[in-house]
Amino acid sequence: MNETPLWASESFWKKTAIWVTAGSFIILVVLTFDSLSKTSAGSKRVPAYSVINKKIDYQFKEDLHKSIPVIGDTELIFGKVFTEEEAEQLVMLGKKTTQAKNCMNCHTLLGNGAYFAPDLTKAWLDKGWVSKEMREDLMVKFLMNPEKNARTFGSNRKMPNLNITEAEAKGVVAFLKWMSSIDTNGFPYNFKTINAEE
Amino acid sequence: MDTSNTMGIMQKASTLLDKARICVNDFKTWVALDSTNLSDGQQLAVKYFTVAVILFFAQLLFGMLAATQFIFPNFLYGFLDFSVNRMVHINAMVIWMLYGFIGCIYWLLEDESGTEIVGLKLGNIAFWVLTGAVTLVVLVYLLVQIGPGKDSSLWFINEGREYIEAPRWADIGIVIVVLTFFYNVVATFSKGKWSGIAGVLTLDLVALAGLYVAGMFYMTNITHDQYWWWWVIHLWVEATWEVLVGVIMAWSLMKLLGVKRKIVQTWLYIEVALMFGSGILGLGHHYFWIGTPEYWLTIGGFFSALEPIPLVAMVVHAVYDAGTHSFKNGNHPALAWIIAQAFGNFFGAGVWGFMHTLPQINLFTHGTQWSASHGHLAFFGAYATINIAFFYLAIQHWRGNVWMSEGIKNGWRWKWALGLLNGGVLGMTIALLIAGYEQSFIERAVEGSTWAGYFTAQNHPSFQAAMVWRWFFGLVTFAGLILLIWDLLTIGKGEERKAAVIEQ
Repeated sequence: MNETPLWASESFWKKTAIWVTAGSFIILVVLTFDSLSKTSAGSKRVPAYSVINKKIDYQFKEDLHKSIPVIGDTELIFGKVFTEEEAEQLVMLGKKTTQAKNCMNCHTLLGNGAYFAPDLTKAWLDKGWVSKEMREDLMVKFLMNPEKNARTFGSNRKMPNLNITEAEAKGVVAFLKWMSSIDTNGFPYNFKTINAEE
Repeated sequence: MDTSNTMGIMQKASTLLDKARICVNDFKTWVALDSTNLSDGQQLAVKYFTVAVILFFAQLLFGMLAATQFIFPNFLYGFLDFSVNRMVHINAMVIWMLYGFIGCIYWLLEDESGTEIVGLKLGNIAFWVLTGAVTLVVLVYLLVQIGPGKDSSLWFINEGREYIEAPRWADIGIVIVVLTFFYNVVATFSKGKWSGIAGVLTLDLVALAGLYVAGMFYMTNITHDQYWWWWVIHLWVEATWEVLVGVIMAWSLMKLLGVKRKIVQTWLYIEVALMFGSGILGLGHHYFWIGTPEYWLTIGGFFSALEPIPLVAMVVHAVYDAGTHSFKNGNHPALAWIIAQAFGNFFGAGVWGFMHTLPQINLFTHGTQWSASHGHLAFFGAYATINIAFFYLAIQHWRGNVWMSEGIKNGWRWKWALGLLNGGVLGMTIALLIAGYEQSFIERAVEGSTWAGYFTAQNHPSFQAAMVWRWFFGLVTFAGLILLIWDLLTIGKGEERKAAVIEQ
């Protein structure tokens, strides 16, 4: 007899394929519900948009071997307290601007995008903005006129002028500040913020 | 005055149109392809293949522009910026591969179902609608480029999300076209006969169309935005596309080598089980750093580490089948590209993916040229190759099922095209890998990912040299494509012998 053993038969693998696919998909759906609820704006991992009223830092925790976002006391942007709703509106304008200007095809956001320009995940906290006092102003000016305020770090790569209005630039700054407060499981590693002492 | 002016313009336009028509006719005479050799479904398939090749060319052209900007940042600055070139580069790739896949399916549909395509007219309309939409989207990318931070920009210019930048109106169009395609596939199988291949294909197309919808919503919460965005990108590229390729591969091994259906279908089920079993939860390797919970580090790391296994199975499958049939087959270029697919998929998607998929390593490689290195070899190895194999299959039949085994006239062309394309992409992959290593060490590990650290790594001589090598190998790839197009247009021309008959 030359019968095909069960483990090599077509019908066995057909059933296996169906069960494995369905099982994996169900697990994914369950995990998706859980992940979405744990990362809604206002959760522990993804703070509410009004976090833009606070001081944000990213500190290395020896016991965890990674950096985590640290939300501090009040530290306003544009000298104004934003209500939750106003904050969301401003961050939304910023987010839409980053999409409409195609930021992601030069930069990375949360590490995803293109690799022609620096990552924006913790851009708000970057030492490149010289001091906390100058930061907002420098960021808005840079976004509105990147050619004149170019920050090329000796690379000759300049951000092009993307016709960003002042309102949009402020939105982007708010969006970047909010994004820097997201708990990204320690990515990027070993990042020294503008708040860190030398 | 006015009327004579208009008349003049009209006259010039009509002479120009005549000239164009003469050019097209000259080209048709030169190519000497006879469409009566093809069935209706095959005629529809070659339409898709033709656009696929044109977009393949666009992909490489804009890739070269972007690669040049890494070396000379002022090149086309303020006119065609890196962001635009890069977007067209990756979008042309996604779309030409989709065109290729749709073409492949239309090619095998009538043969596999044993009947004529049910909605041929609908299929043709869908083709022209899709092609018109793609042209419009590309023109807007190039001429309008960006818009204000409003919904209207996302609806009509550019959605600004990598790989699925197509504006929302085009998203809706794409879904409608894919549904038309889906209807054609299901209705044709229903009218003719179903098979294991048909069943897998149908379920895979449901997933493929459904998943695209996950990427059609605006979200301010970037963690949620990227969560759903990866549903589309990952579950397309690392799950449904892979299974689609499995289907196409299964059918072509039967046709090219005469492998038994029972064996091919059993393998296909094994591959589906392994591919979806590892790929669906392997999605977790994109959820390490976007704000999602820590359990994804374990789940994503574990399952994505398993992702290469089905690809090993595919290599065994393709090479074993070719070996047992002593490599006797009716289309040498096509089989060569199928073998290139087996290895390219395994190395590009499997090995290169595995190298940086574990979170402990990915913490340093995420968002560096590592991903670009992996992306180049994986997309080419897994998807470009199989489409090219089908281009050869199509041209063979378009010429009247002519001889394409040993002793093809001007056989050096397909061999050189194969060598240049594979060598070029491999060279780019290695160059980008070196750049990625350097970035991981200097920008990430030493400098801690600050902007200053980013540029320190970008300015480093080893990174700069890698960008030059990438450019050079890009040119090699481009040369390979030009040779490939020339070969596709001329291979089998004037060939009198009929194709070798393959026995089961």
